[in-house]
Formats: sequence, C-alpha cells, structure tokens
Amino acid sequence: MSGTQRAAFRPNWAARAGWSLLAVYCVYAAWSMDFTWARFVSGLHNGAMFLGSMFPPEFTRWRLLVNNLAETLQIAIIASGAGIALSLPFGLVCARNLMPAWATWPARAVIAVSRSFHPVIFAILFVKAVGFGPLAGILTLVVASIGFIGKLFAEAVEEISLKPVEACRAAGAPFLSVIIFAVLPQVLNRFIGFATYQFDANIRNSTMVGIVGAGGIGGTLFAAFQRFDYDFLAAILISIIALVMLGEYLASVVKAVFND
Amino acid sequence: MTNHPRTPRTWQRFSPLRRLARFSLLLAAGIALAISFRTVQVVPEFLFDAPTQMADMLTRMWPPDTSHYFSGVHTALVETMHIAGMGTIIALALSLPVALLAANNITPYPVLNWFARLILVTSRSVNTLVWAILFVAVFGPGALAGSVAIGFRSIGFCGKLMGEALEECHKGPVEALRAAGAPWPSVILKAYWPQVAPAFWGTSLFRWDINVRESAVIGLVGAGGIGMALDTAINLFRWNQVSLILLCIFAVVVCMEIATTFIRKRIL
Repeated sequence: MSGTQRAAFRPNWAARAGWSLLAVYCVYAAWSMDFTWARFVSGLHNGAMFLGSMFPPEFTRWRLLVNNLAETLQIAIIASGAGIALSLPFGLVCARNLMPAWATWPARAVIAVSRSFHPVIFAILFVKAVGFGPLAGILTLVVASIGFIGKLFAEAVEEISLKPVEACRAAGAPFLSVIIFAVLPQVLNRFIGFATYQFDANIRNSTMVGIVGAGGIGGTLFAAFQRFDYDFLAAILISIIALVMLGEYLASVVKAVFND
Repeated sequence: MTNHPRTPRTWQRFSPLRRLARFSLLLAAGIALAISFRTVQVVPEFLFDAPTQMADMLTRMWPPDTSHYFSGVHTALVETMHIAGMGTIIALALSLPVALLAANNITPYPVLNWFARLILVTSRSVNTLVWAILFVAVFGPGALAGSVAIGFRSIGFCGKLMGEALEECHKGPVEALRAAGAPWPSVILKAYWPQVAPAFWGTSLFRWDINVRESAVIGLVGAGGIGMALDTAINLFRWNQVSLILLCIFAVVVCMEIATTFIRKRIL
C-alpha cells in the first residue's frame, strides 16, 4: 500500500500477444498476395477515373432496365414460393423429435450440402444443366431457400412443447392432423419470420445470379461492365439498391402484419 | 357494454382490419406468384430435360481428378483463405468508425447517424460479386480486389451488429471515466470496448465464416482465389477437376465451421 504504485488498468499481455500475432498475419498475408503501395495508389487513381465515368448515371435505356428488374423480381418471387413450400416438409422431416433417424439423416445431409456451397456455385451448375436463363436462377434460389429455412425451421420444430403432440396422439389423431393441429401452430410465427427473411435474401441474390448467366439484372450488369459502359453500370447499381430496399420494406410489412 | 345481452359470444383472434390485411397480403402473394409464372421466360423443355442433364453432368464429374490438387488447387485454396481473413480484417477496421457514427449514444447527431446507416445499407445491398466487379475495375484482377470487395460487403453486417452492441452499453463506466476527466479515446477504450468486446468477437467470427464461403466464388469475376481455378476448369469442360475443386471448397467450409464453433466456445 505504502510504496507500490497501483495501475488502474493492468496490461493484458495475452491480448497484446494476440494483437501482435494478428498484425504479423496481416503483413504476411498482404505480402503473399502481393499487396503493394504502388498498386494501392494506382488503384486510387483508377477508382477516381472509374467514379468519374460512372457519373452521371445513364437512364435512357430505362426500358431494358425495367424489363431486367421485372425478371429479377419474378425469379425471386417464384423461388421464394417454391423454396418456402418445399422447405416446410424438409424442415419437418429434419426434426429429430418427430421423425425416426432413418428419415432425418438424408434430409439433414441435403440441407448441409445446400448450405455449404455459395448460391453462385449452384447457379453455375444449374446453368450448365438447364441452360442460360431465369430457370437456372430459380432452381439456385430454391436450393438456397431450402438450405436456410429448412435448417432454421427444423431447429424451431425441435424446440416445441410436445404436450399438444401427445394430446393429439392420445386422442387418436392421424399423423397429418398431429402436424397441423399440434406442431404448426407452435412454429408458424417463426416460420413466417424465416420466410420473409428468405424473400428478402432471394431478392438480393437474384440480382447476382445473372453474372453467371442465370437470368435477372446481373447479366446486364456484367455485360455493361465488360463493355466499359460505366454510366449504364451506375444506373443498374442504383436500381439494384432501390430494389433491395423495396424488398426490405416489403419484408418488414409482411412481418408487421403476420406477427402478433 | 360488455354485459350487453346482444353482444355476440364468438371470440376472434384478430381484429377485422388485421384479418383483411392478412388476407390481402396472401392474395397479393398469390397474384404475384401467378403473374411471375405467366411472364417469366422459362423453356419448359429445359425443365423436363433437367434431371437427365444433371445426371449426365454428375457422371462426367466422377471420379474427381485428385492429381490436379497440388498443381492447380492448393495455392488457390490458400489464397482464398487469405482473402477471407484479410477481407474480414479490412471490414472490421472500416466498420468500427461507421459503427461509432451509427450508435446514437456515442454520436448524438441524427444527421451523422443517418449518414452511417446509409453506408451500412449500401454495403449490404450490393452483392459481394458486384463489389468484386467494381474493385477488379479499380485494382485490376487479383486477390487485392477480392479482399477489398469482401471487406466492403462485410461493412454493413459488422457495422450494424457493432452499432447495436454499442447502443446497448451501460452508461455507468462511461460517466465514471468522464467524471475522472478521461479524454474520449480512453472513454472508448476503457468504458465501451470491454462491454462490446464479446459482440465484436462473435460478429467477427460469424462474418469470417461467411467470408470463407464468399471468397470461394469471387474468383469467377476475376478477384482471385479458388473461384478462378473453378472458372477455368468449367470453361475447359474439365468436369473431374470441377468436382475436385467443389470437394475442396466443401472440406474447407466444413473445417471452418468446426473451427469457428470451437473458437466461439473457447473465447466467448
């Protein structure tokens, strides 16, 4: 007490070592990927030129833009409809408290595979399988929806109270009635939440699948980029941001109406 | 009123307006679905043909060409991991100031809050692939463009979660430090940081996991990593190499998920 100086905040050597390790990793990774100051500076220069040629955005080809946005929206709507409809049975089959193990394992494997690959990889494979166009995009987003909603929905079903299920079974209800009257009422709210979130995500992703040829506005965006048509690119970007914001707004409306 | 003899005794969960809203939303969804089905340009033959084509593709993919791993995949895979790591670090560095601006208890100016929120929304609205296209135009093809693209896409996610964590901070330590006359960097570092550190690490781990998946595909538009190898293999119709690359991506993603779960358990 008498002679010792007390520090208000004692140095945390473990944390400092961790931060230095992180700094060392940054330097190593930057070096191995050839990040140089010269590239950064020339990049800033290029970026300024790029932004300059993007401005002002060119909206004279608005008819093409609107058609593409409509296709993007159609892909998102169909994929959400089909994906939500398919993920309902998938989620139920996945739930370990309702189904025997021989049924849950295959369903879990399907969900794991569809979650572990980025939608773009599925988009490439579907483009190769069913050709260019919105069909490939729809299939891609259906797979993505099953992976996302299926997993979360299965988790929600596993958390339900089993008492209504037992009551229905004791009263001799058939399997389908047990699902409809004992399981679904408990998870419907959360299911709607996942579904609206997925609709929002599908709108975001449907703007991107076109880059690999799966329909929607992404194809036009990539074409504009490759033709150095940067002012049209700016117009496409602005409309994509507007569409995504519209999707976010729609999702919030649906959630407000259905959640109680 | 409630004891009025003519009050009907049927109970309803929702008010009529609410029911009308629910019904009209369902109707709107049905109509949107019907219109989309009628106008989308899908060739039905392609849809019926799809199972055959898929089966054909899968048979051509099997067996994976494992001899290609060391010559063409390994370096790209390591580069993908670096892109994901550097992208996450760039994102955290860039999202911290935005999060500080977005939290209204730290920045009490609504104009700045709205500006920060605009940055966050823009970052999230533009897909990683689109960010990658933009940065390939700026920095040229390669890993630098990929890392910056991953970083810019993640600002929205990290900044939003960090901003929310900052807004939930207790005022006590802040006021104590202010009363002791601490300058604002000390207030941030000693009052806010210890409270948001768990959220910060949780967010970074979560985003790192997502970024590994995303950095596997940005190579398709020329932004480095395993996606470039995948693109080449697809363009050359080397399906055995494609399946090898897909298996590698799958393995990395699964390892990543196990690793992040482990780290999360250890440090949080």
